[in-house]
Amino acid sequence: MELFTNQILAGIATGAIYACMALAVVMIYQAIDHLNFAQGEMAMFSTFVSWQLMQWGVPYWGAFVLTLIFSFAGGIAIERLLFKPLAKAPILTNVAGFIALYAIINSVAGLIWDFTIKQYPTPFGSSPFLGSQLISTHQAGMIGVTLLLLLALFFFFRFTRMGLAMRAAASLPESARLVGINTSWMIALGWGMAAAIGSIAGMMIAPVVFLEPNMMLGVLIYGFAAAVLGGLTSPFGAVVGGFLMGIFENLVGTYIPGVGNELKLPIALALIVTVLVVKPAGLFGRPIVKRV
Amino acid sequence: MSAVQEVVTEAPAIEAVPKRAMTLGYGTSLIILGLLILAPMFVKHFITFQLTMLLIYGLAVLALNILTGGSGQFSLGQSAFYAVGAYTSAILMEHAGMNYALTLPISGIICFGFGFLFGQPALRLSGVYLALATFALATAMPQLLKLGYFEHWTGGVQGLVVTKPDAPFGLPISQDTWLYYFTLVVTIAIYIFSVNLLKSRSGRAFMAIRDNEIAASAMGIDVALYKTLAFGVSAGITGVAGGLGAIAVQFVAPDSYTITLAISLFLGMVVGGVGWLPGSIVGSAFIIFVPNIAEGISKGLSGAVFGVLLFLVIFLVPHGARQVAIVAQQLIGKFKK
Repeated sequence: MELFTNQILAGIATGAIYACMALAVVMIYQAIDHLNFAQGEMAMFSTFVSWQLMQWGVPYWGAFVLTLIFSFAGGIAIERLLFKPLAKAPILTNVAGFIALYAIINSVAGLIWDFTIKQYPTPFGSSPFLGSQLISTHQAGMIGVTLLLLLALFFFFRFTRMGLAMRAAASLPESARLVGINTSWMIALGWGMAAAIGSIAGMMIAPVVFLEPNMMLGVLIYGFAAAVLGGLTSPFGAVVGGFLMGIFENLVGTYIPGVGNELKLPIALALIVTVLVVKPAGLFGRPIVKRV
Repeated sequence: MSAVQEVVTEAPAIEAVPKRAMTLGYGTSLIILGLLILAPMFVKHFITFQLTMLLIYGLAVLALNILTGGSGQFSLGQSAFYAVGAYTSAILMEHAGMNYALTLPISGIICFGFGFLFGQPALRLSGVYLALATFALATAMPQLLKLGYFEHWTGGVQGLVVTKPDAPFGLPISQDTWLYYFTLVVTIAIYIFSVNLLKSRSGRAFMAIRDNEIAASAMGIDVALYKTLAFGVSAGITGVAGGLGAIAVQFVAPDSYTITLAISLFLGMVVGGVGWLPGSIVGSAFIIFVPNIAEGISKGLSGAVFGVLLFLVIFLVPHGARQVAIVAQQLIGKFKK
């Protein structure tokens, strides 16, 4: 039983990483209706920017805020320059665009900061949290940040005009335009916010997985899976999905014999596919009713 | 976040491509065929090998095109089917000593079954959810091939070495050239099969499902059957391509069939034009040659160069090579007048 509780705790700790990323994924999905494959790389780039700022002597929270602003602006710039012209192109062409963006950011980051692994500081310290060896204060802090972010997003979408306008633009663009919402800018704003959330996720994850250009690859896969598991329309579902994903993965690794590190991911994904077959819109997603 | 259920009049994910627009006219087909037959006589062995790979990836892209462009389902798991085909051929050749040509139909049939079965749970999913499910398959496959239980057959992480076949009947051509012509014959056969498939009753059923699933089922099409059938056919063709790939590369190993391969095939389909079968070969050329060109332009930034080139292509021709072909056709039409 001790082992079981410990594994669940450890699962929650890794799950926090996935939850963070899944939140960013859902955010952009709400704004543009696509999964952005370059999301992880955008987050990685932002994290590198914050690292560079700290190398130049900016204190942690200063770098944090500057990076948020940079990412927000960067996200909007990417949308305006690269994806707005593609708005009328077929969906699959857009997906190819994401893959191209992925390749560009990854390779540019590799050129600027090279591929060596770097230490990244944490604002929460890394001593054991409440005497538990499995969760450090950093991980607890990360869970806290994720939940705060979720709460902030909930309030933003629920109670502000801007949030309402964004939801309208995403769910029924034509009607939204008719009532005077600038849908094109709402999409850009969605990109900006998703990039900013992604950068928070990156800065929280970096102390755990260390900073390097490929750090986000694995995390992004889990983030996608978590977002899909929770239901792509629900930020709350994404966070729950992230934690479930972490717990699944740890339990599978502990209790099923012969499952090494390499089989963890396939088994976790298989479980998700099973869940999806039973609930095709994810655990907390709204089923979309199609009009014939 | 609202309690109201979202009601969406969904546009089909893939644009409707009229049946006739999915292929080329006879004249153009014959010219391209002639070029493909003559090509190896004028180039070096290495380029012949690359041309063989061009045809093989072309087949794999074609298979994805039937699935996505034909029936409107999306797959990121093609690398898994490719791997199964490659391993089937390699194991039959190395462990059972079978003739290489005979292993291909077997690879095709096994992959067809595999794809058909995988299509069953995939029926419940669509769009990104289907993408994730197929993605799961693609990430799982290399790990499964590495498993200790199958090591006797698959050679584990080391993989299997396959012997390259000689030209039969004492023909005075090199192994590479022979393999090229062999691949060409298989490719043409499968291309003709695919064109006819899409023209047939089943092909029309695929396209009806792609354009509007509900309307298709109202017209009496067994949606579940045809969707899984599309998966099966696509997997079967990919399996044959995988088998050919194993023979051409002379080596199979789990790490050659990762998700990167599936993503390349996807890019090939987009560049060639979704739903336009002849575009498959253009897309395949893109995924084989452009990474090399990118590396040639800049070693350190090859990823960025590749990305920029890809962006250029999708900015200039968002509908892929199909768009180029249509424009060219209109120009020729004007010229004739």
